[in-house]
Amino acid sequence: MSELRADTLTLAYDGRVVVHELSVLIPRGQITVIVGANASGKSTLLRGLARLLKPHSGTVYLDDTNLATLSGATLATRLGMLPQQPVAPDGITVSDLVGRGRHPYQKWFRQWTPADEQAVHQALQATGTADLADRPLDELSGGQRQRVWLSLALAQDAQTMLLDEPTTFLDLAHQLEILDLVRTLNRSHRKTIVLVLHDLNLAARYADHLIALKSGHIAATGTPTQVITPTTVHSVFNLPAQIIPDPQTNTPLVIPIPRD
Amino acid sequence: MRTVRVGPVSTRVDVASLVGSSVAWALTLVVGAVSLTVGDYRIPLPVVLDTLAGHGTLILNDIIVNNRLPRVLVGIGVGTAFAVSGAIFQRLARNPLVSPDLIGVNAGAALAAVLMITVFGSGWIPAGALAGSLLSAIAVYVLAYRGGVSGYRLVLVGIGVTAIISSATAYLLTLADIYAAKSASQWLAGSLAGRTWSHAWVIGGALVVLLPAALASARQLRLLELGDDLARTLAGRVELSRALLIAIGVALAAMATAVAGPVAFVALVAPQLARRLVRERVAGLLAAGALGALLVVASDLVAREIFAPTALPVGVITAFLGAPYLLVLMARANRIGRGG
Repeated sequence: MSELRADTLTLAYDGRVVVHELSVLIPRGQITVIVGANASGKSTLLRGLARLLKPHSGTVYLDDTNLATLSGATLATRLGMLPQQPVAPDGITVSDLVGRGRHPYQKWFRQWTPADEQAVHQALQATGTADLADRPLDELSGGQRQRVWLSLALAQDAQTMLLDEPTTFLDLAHQLEILDLVRTLNRSHRKTIVLVLHDLNLAARYADHLIALKSGHIAATGTPTQVITPTTVHSVFNLPAQIIPDPQTNTPLVIPIPRD
Repeated sequence: MRTVRVGPVSTRVDVASLVGSSVAWALTLVVGAVSLTVGDYRIPLPVVLDTLAGHGTLILNDIIVNNRLPRVLVGIGVGTAFAVSGAIFQRLARNPLVSPDLIGVNAGAALAAVLMITVFGSGWIPAGALAGSLLSAIAVYVLAYRGGVSGYRLVLVGIGVTAIISSATAYLLTLADIYAAKSASQWLAGSLAGRTWSHAWVIGGALVVLLPAALASARQLRLLELGDDLARTLAGRVELSRALLIAIGVALAAMATAVAGPVAFVALVAPQLARRLVRERVAGLLAAGALGALLVVASDLVAREIFAPTALPVGVITAFLGAPYLLVLMARANRIGRGG
């Protein structure tokens, strides 16, 4: 049932433990959102799930296979990860950038097949950036640029996509645009998606499954309604809040209580 | 971008880049041919071409084929090697101001060369310079290594090591007698004077091995310049391919320095010129190489034609042309608030 799963996973940077013996299930075909205060280990957990960080102890499984035993190329065709602030060379065009997402399918003598062409075309179509294909990335707006990065992840054609705060530095309208796109990718392309998000209300709106982290431990996990409660919000974010149903979507809406 | 497919082999070619580099290579050949006409005896171009085709007199053959041709070929070779090396380092570090000199290659070569000139005699310069640049580059890599090498760390450690080595070189020069110091300073400026077929064979052989290796690694380079996280997501391990690219870049610059001395600014400027040439796209290695060859051969022609009879080292002219460009680049980078 579950396809990506961590079993008593401990992650550390230079011996400093950030994520403690954490066990999580990422349900297949759903949108899982990881929330938590700053420095609670959200991005670290995502990096651990993507094998960008070697477990200090514990194991990550992809379809019951230990992630550590998979070859780089195999993993790349099954699991994609978009870092929080990806970097691109100056002057690179959109199509060149998105084409690099096809690396796992290419060899030095077979660098550009019709399948690559097709995948890039479809990725650009899906994110609505096809008409930007020949433009340099530098010239695009923040929202357009983020859609291009999603195209790269999409061109990689992995079943599971991990996205680290894909809405950072975007205004509210563009945040919603990106999250709507993520939902479309999940619903119509049947992608399993794991997101790190800062905004609790957006997380509640778009998540099928929520994981709330506090100091590297799981504070709560489940549907948004199960996780977003006054008690959890208070303990995870140290924020007294009232929770009401979002009038538009009926998902939990966090109203912080003023501290005077 | 055009796709080229031959049976199971396929690749993508940037047409603008291909046209740009072809023009630069053609210009290099033209400038090289003109260079062959210039010297103590001016020889008309048709006669030069005739001699190259094998129809020259014994004397003409000696002047052109044995004397002038190797100098031009060495110029083309070191220009290409420096420029490709610069393009590799700039793309790895994602910084247009990075070049192999910054990570100790030139400093190591210079120290070794000065040591050879003052202590062992000048016959050992190429071998010494090669050893010196490889040793200092390895030292920089080892000191910068911390479970992997990031672009910034490599550059900062490189600047530190370069500073130490350069002060050692300066110290050696103060000890040297005036003739040794003069010949050392000429070598340090980077020069094509008196380069023979043996130099041409050395740099040519190096390019035959290293250039295909660089082009084959371009695929990894295209990933690494997206940052470590994305590169690892798309390819698994990256440290090995980065080490290989650094090794190719160091070897290219080291071989070029060994035969011609540290010719200034070619590695820094040529990739940037190539980028402008192909309209702000990512600089291809071959396009950068073409611009490097053109820059060195043209600078050498200028050095000999305009400043004759003074034998001005080519490195003086490349610096003279390159430094103002560097200033423009930096002013521009400051203005838009990014790396240029």
